[in-house]
Parts: sequence; C-alpha cells; structure tokens
Amino acid sequence: MPSNIGNPEERRRSFSWSDARKELGFPEDSHNIGWYCSDRICDLGMGEKTALVWETADGRVARFTFNDLRVYSNAYAKHLSGLGLRPGDRVAVFLERVPELYIGMLGGMKAGLIMQPLFSAFGEDALEKRISNAETSAILTCRKLTFRVRKIRERCPSLRHVIVCDPGDLSFQEGEAAFGLETAKPVESFACYPAEPETPSILHYTSGTTGMPKGALHVHGSLPAQALTSKWVLDIKDEDIYWCTADPGWVTGTSYGIIGPWALGATQYVLEAGFIIDRWYRAIQDQKITVWYSAPTAIRMLMKEGEAKAKQYDLSSLRHLCSVGEPLNPEAVVWSERVYGLPFHDTWWQTETGCIQVTNVPGMEIRPGSMGKAFPGVTAAVLAHDFTEICEPNKQGLLALKPPWPSMFRTYWRNPSAYESKFKNGWYLTGDRARIDEDGFYWFMGRDDDVINTAGHLVGPFEIESALLEHEAVAESAAIGKPDPVNMEVVKAFVALKAGFEPSRKLEMSIMNFIRKKLSPLAMPQEIEFVEKLPKTRSGKIMRRVLRAQELGQEVGDLSTLDDN
Amino acid sequence: MSDELKKKILEYIREEYLEDDSMELKDDTPLISSGIVDSFSMVSLKMYLEEELGIKMTDEEASTEAFDSVNSILVLVRKKLAEKK
Repeated sequence: MPSNIGNPEERRRSFSWSDARKELGFPEDSHNIGWYCSDRICDLGMGEKTALVWETADGRVARFTFNDLRVYSNAYAKHLSGLGLRPGDRVAVFLERVPELYIGMLGGMKAGLIMQPLFSAFGEDALEKRISNAETSAILTCRKLTFRVRKIRERCPSLRHVIVCDPGDLSFQEGEAAFGLETAKPVESFACYPAEPETPSILHYTSGTTGMPKGALHVHGSLPAQALTSKWVLDIKDEDIYWCTADPGWVTGTSYGIIGPWALGATQYVLEAGFIIDRWYRAIQDQKITVWYSAPTAIRMLMKEGEAKAKQYDLSSLRHLCSVGEPLNPEAVVWSERVYGLPFHDTWWQTETGCIQVTNVPGMEIRPGSMGKAFPGVTAAVLAHDFTEICEPNKQGLLALKPPWPSMFRTYWRNPSAYESKFKNGWYLTGDRARIDEDGFYWFMGRDDDVINTAGHLVGPFEIESALLEHEAVAESAAIGKPDPVNMEVVKAFVALKAGFEPSRKLEMSIMNFIRKKLSPLAMPQEIEFVEKLPKTRSGKIMRRVLRAQELGQEVGDLSTLDDN
Repeated sequence: MSDELKKKILEYIREEYLEDDSMELKDDTPLISSGIVDSFSMVSLKMYLEEELGIKMTDEEASTEAFDSVNSILVLVRKKLAEKK
C-alpha cells in the first residue's frame, strides 16, 4: 500500500507550510478546529462514518459517528455559551477517557473558548496551580473527580462552573451542575465562533526546571500542521482504525488523539481502562486496529511480558506503528519488527511545538534509536552554547527549531519573559540535546536541564521540591530523574528531615503518598533517600547535578560554588 | 487471617486511593483497569503490603495484572506469605 507521504526526500525538498492547506484540501477561510473535526467531515458526506469507538473499563463498546460528534459538540458549545462563557474564557477538561472529554473539547472550541486539558490523575495542588494561573472559569469533570475539584474551589475564585457529566445521585454544591451525553439533547445547528488562525484554542501546561508549570497557548491555526503530520507521519487513511494510547490530558492526546485524526475523518479507538497488557492486545485484535501510536514505556512493558504473550493474539490488522514521549531505544524497534512484523517509527516533538517535528516516516530508512529526520517544512539544527549552528556531524548540541510553524505555541500564559527566553539567535530552543549524523539523522542525547521525563511525561523538579516542603517532616528536599529501564526516568527525592523526625519506611510511604495526592502519581518519588543535608551553592541553590552525578556514579564536576558548610 | 487481611487491604485502598466515599470497593473491583490505582501509584501500595506483611515482591511479581483487584493481590500475598514460612 503506498504511503501518504510518497517520497520523503522529495517532500523535504519541495514542501513548505504555506502548501499545507492545499495539500489537505482545507478551505482558506475557515479555521475553527471544532468545525473541521465534525461539521466539515459531515459536509464531505462522511456523517455516518464511525468517528469514535469507545470501550469502557468493563468492556462495553459504544460507537459515535461524525454526525454524533457534530450534534453533541454543538450541544456542548450551546450549553457552555448558555452559561455566559465568552470566547477566550478558559474551560478546563478534567476527565478520564470518556466521550464527554473528546466531544466537550470540540464543543468548547466551536464556542471560541480556550480549552485547558488537565490530566485526570492530577492531585489537588497540581490542579489548583493550573486553574489559578489560567483563571479558569469552568471545568468539565466527572463524579469521581468532583471530590478533588471541591477541595480547591475556595482557593480558585475564578472557577464558577463545575460541569459533571455523570452525577448519578451526587448532591450538588454551589456552582455544580450536570451536563453529559446521557441527558444532552443533540443540537442540529450551532454558529461556530469565526476563529482566525491566531485565535487561541488550547492551553496545555508543561513543566520546566524552575518555577511552576507554564501554560503553552496554542491557536486554531495549528490545525494544518496537526492534520498533515497525522496524514504523512501516522499515515492515516480513510479505512484505518487508529489508536492513540496517550491521555488527552497531555499534548499527544489532543494533537493526535483528537485534532489531527478527526480533521482527516479517521475512525479512532479509545480504551477507557488503564494499561493492562491483555486488554491492549485484545483491543488490537477485536477492534482490528491498523495504526497504533504509543509510547516507549508501554512498548518496553510489552517487551518485558515477552513474545509469547503477543502470540496469543491475532495482531495481523496492524500496519503502521509510531511512538512518542521519550527516546525509543533501538531494542524496541528491533523487537517490534520481529514480534509484530513492523518497526515502531519514533517521532519527536513537545508541548510547545504542537506537532511532530523530527521523525521517522513511512518509506524512509529507520536507524533504530534515531529520532529520524526533520519533517518537511521544519528546519532543525543543533546549536553550540553561543547559539550558532554546529555543522560538524555527530557533535552534540542544543536541539533547536527555526520558527515559525503553524502549530508553534504563541506564548506561555501570562509569562512572556519565559516565552522570550526560549528563543535565541532566531532559533526556538527545545531544551533537548541531540547530534546529527553524516546522513542527516537526529539522535537524542538527553535533556539540557533538570526536567524529569518519566514515562514520556515531563515533571518539574521545582514543583516536587515545593510540595515536599509542605510535608510536616521535611526540612529540605531535592528531586532528580533516576534512570529506569521501563519509564526512562523515575522521580527520586533526597530529603533532609526536621528535628524530631527519624527516617523509616513508614515515613517514606507517608511522603510518597503525600506527593501522589498533592501532585500526581507521576510526580510521586519512587524512591526517597534521607540525607543529613543537601549540596547547595553559597547562595543557597540546591545543586541537583551533584546529586544526579552521585546517583549515577559519575564525576561531580566543578564544585567551586558548593557551600561546604 | 484471610478475611482480616482482605479487610485490611480494602481499608487501605479505600483510605489512600478512593475519593468518592459512595463508590463501592469490593474484592473483585478492578483497580488498575478502572483507574483507581495506576502503575506509578502501585509502588506505594506494594511498599505498604511489604511493610505490613513482612514480605518482599519482585517487580515482575508485582505486575499490573497481579494488582488489578484485591482478590488478585491476595493470591500473590498468600503465595509470598507461604514462601516465608
């Protein structure tokens, strides 16, 4: 079967982003993402095509057509507008993988609202910081998560509406109300907000080394980039059943779990349940998944379970596999080729880029362990510390991208200085280090900062350290990423205790659970080391690099700034 | 012992992982597939069981399948307790 991209080298030579809309057949005068993902597909005569195959945690399957997406996203748009929400207001989506999440996102965008996806495992602190920073007006949630939202309501005065999709017999408190697909009436027509390319669409929070998570603001004009990469990298075709395993609380789950594929009119499968190997394989077998976009952590867990497990299922429907979130180790590429008969295609991008930037595409040589090459239209480079381009092959430097591209973030929410600091000498600095080999393949070499990449999710050490200090026993703390064979990195915390507290397993557990509930399970230290004191500079800044070097058994480097008192 | 153990684990999960007090938690309620516990949170649950019962589980034994319900946790825990004797 010929790939959508055709000849990748030819595309790299001849394509520029200004050709994207034409390539996709998108009209020049419409930009609203919600409209593209539902109404337009119906206008093209595919209203009765299945858009979403949703499997519940207990194994029931429900199907939604593109017409269902259209009329129910209209219902959401009408409902949200009816609450007095106006274009540009922020609406958080704090839901597990239920249809209301996907359809609610489209509805909000149709109404011109800025949708703010929040990972359903976020604890109260993580939730509060993001809602306070964005001054979010409303939140779409479910009964189970309403209890967490209630804990932060008093501290988040902007949050006027809590919309619960499955309230059951829940007694509502002030500002809470029910709205979900079970009771919503389909709305045949809704006048979509006339979004321009620069109209804000989605606000995704992401972690950095310093400070609290920052909101990367995206716009409706991102769509051609997300759709074209879905078409050329994920190679999605009309007849495919596509499964993106990412949660829409993260950018992969929105760019490639909602926007890109539905703008192409693709059928998507969503599994509500968490990661259970048999459930995943059964899903591929029973739903006849053809294109699968997953993450290295999951792939390594499947590898750990072994080939025999994969052979218990008929996985012959698969035809194209891609991976994202962390570097895909070469063994995983070789293993998938042997076990599934197909290699995983590693793709690299991040919250700020909005779409795939450096990638392996169908039809190009795959060098296991390599990120691939720059996507057509993308100019990437590695830079020296003075931000000039390194032209010598295989010399590592800072991975950078030449702006602009359609899905580039437009700012960090109310933090323009942080946004400006990401651009140097005309390049966007990604925070990753890479090298480019003599044939133009990119190889990931590590992060250029202290951000922890655990199972494909970036976790900021500062946020963890701040939360640790709120525990009654903790006097000082530091968090680093510790290498892990499955998750790439896991959080390890170093803790100095207050007088009167003694290290113990019980205390370790208490601190772990404290962080899990405050921030999220991802941020929970998987290991805590109790120490007398932490290495600090004379100005009092914790030297995480010293802890990391000690952890890895490496040279600690220059210690001239270390306060040895 | 068996009922006591089951009660203890159920109580711990209810206390540490459930936010909706009205949600029913039974010994066969799926924990992982229903999102009550995930592969990251499992680390603290595993640590609790090891500490409370004086056992040690390998990462391979403490799989998402083995932790998907209180019943399946009990199967693993009983095996480890028997090995200890």
